[in-house]
Amino acid sequence: MRQVLPIFKKEFRSYFVSPIAYIVIAIFLIVTGWFFFSTFFLFNQASVRNFFALLPIIFAFVIPAVTMRLVSEELNVGTYELLLTLPVTFREVVLGKFLAATAFVAAMLVPTLAYPVIVAFLGDLDWGPVIGGYLGAILLGASFSAVGLLASSLTRNQIVAFIIGVAICFALVLIDKILVFVPSWLAGILDYLGADSHFENISKGILDSRDILYFLSLTFLGLYATHLIMEEKG
Amino acid sequence: MIHVEKLTKNFGDLCAVDHISFDIPKGQIVGLLGPNGAGKTTTLRMLTGFLRPSSGTIRVKDLSIDEHSLEIRKLLGYLPESAPLYHDMLVYDYLQYVADIREVEKKNRLSRVREMADLCGIREVMHKPVSELSKGYKQRVGLAHAMMKDPEILVFDEPTSGLDPNQIIEIREIIRKIGKEKTVILSTHILSEAEATCDRVVIIHQGKIAADGTMESLKESASGESSIHLALREADFNSVQEALGSLRGITRISPEEGDGGILRVKLSCRAGEDLRPQVYQRIKESQWVLIEFYQETQSLEDIFQKLTLEN
Repeated sequence: MRQVLPIFKKEFRSYFVSPIAYIVIAIFLIVTGWFFFSTFFLFNQASVRNFFALLPIIFAFVIPAVTMRLVSEELNVGTYELLLTLPVTFREVVLGKFLAATAFVAAMLVPTLAYPVIVAFLGDLDWGPVIGGYLGAILLGASFSAVGLLASSLTRNQIVAFIIGVAICFALVLIDKILVFVPSWLAGILDYLGADSHFENISKGILDSRDILYFLSLTFLGLYATHLIMEEKG
Repeated sequence: MIHVEKLTKNFGDLCAVDHISFDIPKGQIVGLLGPNGAGKTTTLRMLTGFLRPSSGTIRVKDLSIDEHSLEIRKLLGYLPESAPLYHDMLVYDYLQYVADIREVEKKNRLSRVREMADLCGIREVMHKPVSELSKGYKQRVGLAHAMMKDPEILVFDEPTSGLDPNQIIEIREIIRKIGKEKTVILSTHILSEAEATCDRVVIIHQGKIAADGTMESLKESASGESSIHLALREADFNSVQEALGSLRGITRISPEEGDGGILRVKLSCRAGEDLRPQVYQRIKESQWVLIEFYQETQSLEDIFQKLTLEN
């Protein structure tokens, strides 16, 4: 596990040497900022719940853009061969890349801390849901990063990786919106599979082990599948 | 040092490498030679642990690649074909990253990176992004990457492909310099390269080993016959045949294309015999006017063609 750190450092740094990182962060902040504040004063409530309500759907688009290059680019340029002939294990590669993407998502969230701070000046803000919200956002970001990493390992084309990533994340966010159309025995399963409701619970400040377990298992599944695919390529 | 036995790799129906076996002792520079698609790259990729063999064994210093891939990769430095590199990194950052991941001690890292930069001649591009480098510099950065942790075995896949003649000579010099202390395996389809750099050549054709040995032994064993070429004036083929046909060691006399009263003749000679003095003696005795006279021994190209054009 010692080689996770150099891989993490390299991947995390390479986000910031290319303009992509800044573009993604800027778009993320503009979109969340606009949607959040355009209705904020209408509600007349000192809460940032609406900001967190937006996050799953925005993450479903933004995170696959962050993760799409992680493996695809290496496959395309041929550096994948360099990487795997270094004394590193698949596990270290997967973890290093995953942690770099998750750290980038966390870095992307840092500027949004301004929202609750501003709201706290305007009214009496309950900090519990805010802390829960950010914890949930990290968990959601981590699991979508794992999904995005999986998508990236499937193809050498970054755009294809992006589309696959968006499709899976989007499905995870929207799956509990179709519950009314499905038989009741299936509804329970689909309800559990949806990322939205789990995230909502955490962002209300309710820390339920089921919700946390959901995100952890989604992350684990994504990483494990990536590991399998990399192994299979040999 | 390296022991390969019955190594095989199938891609679906295609058998890229077919039961090849060889041993490489310490300190040898071995060239894998073969036409495009012969299985050189696949063999090297299996040696470096990038591809898993379909069957067969690879042992490096008594470590099996199935169980000790990681340990073997620590002993190996590898430069893949066309030296792929991360485009967005600076050369300096890239080498630092390699030093980090190869576990070069932190306090030695900078001096090691400098040492590599000097050895490979990339000092002046250290602060350029990789994407701006020329092909030759990329290749050298790849060499620096491969040698970072001072590995015992170096594997180069077509190290000089796509370089200009000056760069080729430079890279060959670097390889020969390294090869003095280390075991080097390189693949190439350029014969003169193998001749110039390698102690030993393994010719691979259609996934099988077609020949294996030193340059000299290959030349000898290829049942090489030499031939003498003559260009004569004031001579006709029949009289030449009559005068030279009786010489022992000449297996065949055949006419070649000539023009303007010049007769060109090819004398095929048995291997290992130099018939030039006798032939010259006969010519002196005749009335012919000698214009050209040279001997041709079988070159590596001929051996290579012979071995790889069958089927």
